Amino acid sequence: MSLRRASRAVAPPLPAPFADWFAARGWAPRPHQLELLAKTQAGHSTLLIAPTGAGKTLAGFLPSLIALHERPKKAPIGGRGIHTLYISPLKALAVDIARNLGGPVAEMGLPVRLETRTGDTPVHKRQRQKLKPPDILLTTPEQAALLLSAPDAERFFADLDTVILDELHSLVVSKRGDLLSLDLARLRTLRPGLKAIGLSATVAEPDDLRGWLVGQSPDKPAPEKPALSDLVVVRGGAKPDISILASDERVPWAGHSARYAFADIYDRIATHQLALLFVNTRSQAEMVFQELWRINNRDLPIALHHGSLDATQRRKVEAAMAAGQLRAVVCTSTLDLGIDWGDVDLVINIGAPKGASRLAQRIGRANHRLDEPSKAILVPANRFEVMECQAALDANYLGAQDTPAIRPGALDVLAQHILGMACARPFDADALYRETISAYPYRGLDRETFDKAVDFVATGGYALRTYERFARIRKGPDGLWRITHPRVAQQYRLNVGTIIEAPLLNVRLTRSRRAVVAARGGRVLGKIEESFIEALAPGDTFLFAGLILRFEGLFENEVIATRTADDTPKIPIYAGGKFPLSTYLAAGVRAMLADEGKWTVLPDQVSDWLRIQKERSVLPRADQLLVETFPRGNRHYLVAYPFEGRLAHQTLGMLLTRRLERARLRPTGFVATDYSLGVWGLGDLGQAFADGKPTIAELFDEDMLGDDLDAWMAESYLLKRMFRNCALISGLIEKRHPGKEKSGRQVTVSSDLIYDVLRKHEPDHILIKATWADASSGLLDIGRVSDMLARIKGRIVLKRLDRISPLAVPVMLEIGKESIVGEAHEDVLREAADDLVRDAMGNG
Amino acid sequence: MAEAAQHLSGTGPATLIGVQGTVLEALPEGALWWEGERLLAVADLHLEKGSSFARRGQMLPPYDTVETLSRLALLIRRFNPATVVALGDSFHDDGGAGRMTPRDRAALVDLQRGRNWIWIAGNHDPKAPAGLDGDCLDMLTLGSIRFRHEPSATPSDGEIAGHLHPAARVAGRGKSVRRPCFVGDGTRLVLPAFGAYAGGLNVLDRAFAGLFARPFRAFVLGKDRVYAVARTVLRHG
Repeated sequence: MSLRRASRAVAPPLPAPFADWFAARGWAPRPHQLELLAKTQAGHSTLLIAPTGAGKTLAGFLPSLIALHERPKKAPIGGRGIHTLYISPLKALAVDIARNLGGPVAEMGLPVRLETRTGDTPVHKRQRQKLKPPDILLTTPEQAALLLSAPDAERFFADLDTVILDELHSLVVSKRGDLLSLDLARLRTLRPGLKAIGLSATVAEPDDLRGWLVGQSPDKPAPEKPALSDLVVVRGGAKPDISILASDERVPWAGHSARYAFADIYDRIATHQLALLFVNTRSQAEMVFQELWRINNRDLPIALHHGSLDATQRRKVEAAMAAGQLRAVVCTSTLDLGIDWGDVDLVINIGAPKGASRLAQRIGRANHRLDEPSKAILVPANRFEVMECQAALDANYLGAQDTPAIRPGALDVLAQHILGMACARPFDADALYRETISAYPYRGLDRETFDKAVDFVATGGYALRTYERFARIRKGPDGLWRITHPRVAQQYRLNVGTIIEAPLLNVRLTRSRRAVVAARGGRVLGKIEESFIEALAPGDTFLFAGLILRFEGLFENEVIATRTADDTPKIPIYAGGKFPLSTYLAAGVRAMLADEGKWTVLPDQVSDWLRIQKERSVLPRADQLLVETFPRGNRHYLVAYPFEGRLAHQTLGMLLTRRLERARLRPTGFVATDYSLGVWGLGDLGQAFADGKPTIAELFDEDMLGDDLDAWMAESYLLKRMFRNCALISGLIEKRHPGKEKSGRQVTVSSDLIYDVLRKHEPDHILIKATWADASSGLLDIGRVSDMLARIKGRIVLKRLDRISPLAVPVMLEIGKESIVGEAHEDVLREAADDLVRDAMGNG
Repeated sequence: MAEAAQHLSGTGPATLIGVQGTVLEALPEGALWWEGERLLAVADLHLEKGSSFARRGQMLPPYDTVETLSRLALLIRRFNPATVVALGDSFHDDGGAGRMTPRDRAALVDLQRGRNWIWIAGNHDPKAPAGLDGDCLDMLTLGSIRFRHEPSATPSDGEIAGHLHPAARVAGRGKSVRRPCFVGDGTRLVLPAFGAYAGGLNVLDRAFAGLFARPFRAFVLGKDRVYAVARTVLRHG
């Protein structure tokens, strides 16, 4: 078969400038670089899976550089178009690669023009690129979409030979990936012989990525097995040296701060050149940074880096890292992706990594050379995390991966793409449908849904067809759909892309407290989520940019803050910073819990804890769900241990509470962690289950995902937030208008109202469906709840206790600390109004 | 002053608001009921806002008019007012009335039948809505009360207006909730926007500064009652 032949193909010797260049450095091309070259030269699209430091980038570009070297020097009349398009998820990465590649290109004297095109590229340069395209263009998915939606796209890409997709594993699991897959399908239409090279870290299902790189058969029914690209895999280099931090301090029951370990962490920093400290949330980054400086008696240069900080501040930290001026950087996933920041010799992961793949990525930051082991230390923040870290450690040694599976392509993204394609040139719906389903994520899309998406783009697709005369695209007598007005293309261009930021506010540091109204000037420290600020009152303190700040007030779209001597700030809770526990690690933790033989690797205090749990209650088998009930104070508690991650537990908690309410057990609240969830109420839960009113099996029955879920979703603010994203991506509402930028807050208000009206009057509209699909996999993790309920059916172990069990302690400690999920509703209003009455009565 | 009393036809306790000595009832639906005059006032209906956006290529769901009118219909059925005052911006733009579906138009005509209907001119709809009944006025004076669209820039006794779409954010228990509200100080009152697509502007915004001579209160719309909330517990955003 051609696949096998190709994988055995032997690369021809490298042309002189390349061979010389390697030789002059005492290097030899690596086998995978030559293998990829051979496959590409044979015309195959190929996925290269390699760990960090394996020379992935050079491998990816080598085929193009050689092809450009070998093509005739003289350009044909009319010039040449782009030969190679490189797409990376990060603007910074594109710029970084251009710089790194520019060196070898210059040293070999290759006739190659290499340019970047990002949102930051000035207009005159973009225009020049259109007139005189570079040989290699490095860009982002959004810019690629823009280029393809332009009327000159056909000409611009007429000479395109190769597309290189970097960090493919991170792109394909997002809506950006969906958009990119559709753009790739269009590129294949424009250039049928196009070769795609995917560069990826190790993933669980390489076949998903291989399928993603090549066109799928548009014939229905689709063949059982998707078409796949070729594959080159570089096995990991030296095994990383990972350990769990050994500390003499007591590991806490609950919490995420890992404060107990800071002295030990500081010692490790002091004995290494440059340590990266990864945390899972931006608020945690702030806290760790603050605490380390509190004990930094040696004045080590320790810096902070996270996505909310002002860009110039981040650039400063990055430059200092590269220059070797820092000893430690506290960071979030902003430093996860492939940028090489200098000689990191230690990675410390604070808190549990939440996913084995993420851990592998982070550890890859240390020692960017393939043959030296990376060194990493895991710091669990609580006892469950000790087990999770151990599971992650096992996973990494096993080389197991838990990257999420590729979901069916999002419909809001499809709508955006259809409009973009109409902007490029009039389209035939049959042809565009075939092109769409040739994209891997959309291969299962049915024609009816596609037509609905076209209809949505044209007139909003409402059953009440009153917008025909305002249509944005219209089918002509020639059967082709075209835009009805140039303004439509203009609007598309301003709204392209799938990245929707939470509404953010600048944080401005001023000196004077009184000058809020006139506050101008003062340094902008970065951006903070609006939702966080909304719960603050003037005078409240919070941690941001490594400083403890006092909130003075809001002035237009800026948060005005001053410095404060206060040393116990309220810690910011940023939305979206927490990763749920991956399914894979969850299984690992469950297995460890069930198997006493595995406890030997755990610290004594943790294994003792499990032993006492076994005596006092029970430890579930890996396939069981343990549910405990016990009274405490004047409440009755139910604690369940699904180990399915916080998001799934929140959803489950919402649904259980509704059911308990219906059973008149008067639930009053619930709290969820990554491992377990606790529900409490006034009714005697243990007695109720004993009486079978309801039975525990009834309570956890899968049918809760029906009406209960529907009813809850109708009101959930989470759904509104997701609808807003879908509305923005699909072009129902605009990110910004030409000339006048709408602020995030205005958009929020109107999209909530639109959601309410649309859900009431047309609940099966395509955008409501898109919102549901997002909810199922995203914030509500319904898919995971559903899998869990199916898994535990008939396997629930109910234990009625007369007091709290050891295993229940962590989640019980979260009560009061973690805000209870859900919206503040009438209670807040009622209490505020009551305050008024009390004030009025003079006894408040 | 706000007082609690049981309103016969409402579900929750009624919230009464005084404006220059006239007692009015703030309804949780966002309308104002004046029992003495049997008058129902609603502000900023913004009918046909959806189609107004659609004209410019943003295909908002075309159900805002039917939604707004059906909410209004519920109130009209409940109170059977002698007079309905629409406080301006009743249509999102001048062409709005012309874009209504025949069904929505018929529903509106039906609501108007048998009562006085006053269209106060707004900035979005300075002219009378084409082809619809009702008197179009810049201002309506009844006793010590003056109804107009845009609030006067300085304290103005007895004025009831709309235009600003007031909303309040109330915080408590580490959370906050944002709702449309009435805002008043006993001498004048601003109504929340009634339209299904009409957003809200925080009463702490500068647009409200200078309107009130005395400390104002927000009368926040709850599910089945209106909550009177002091300025001190309100938040930005």
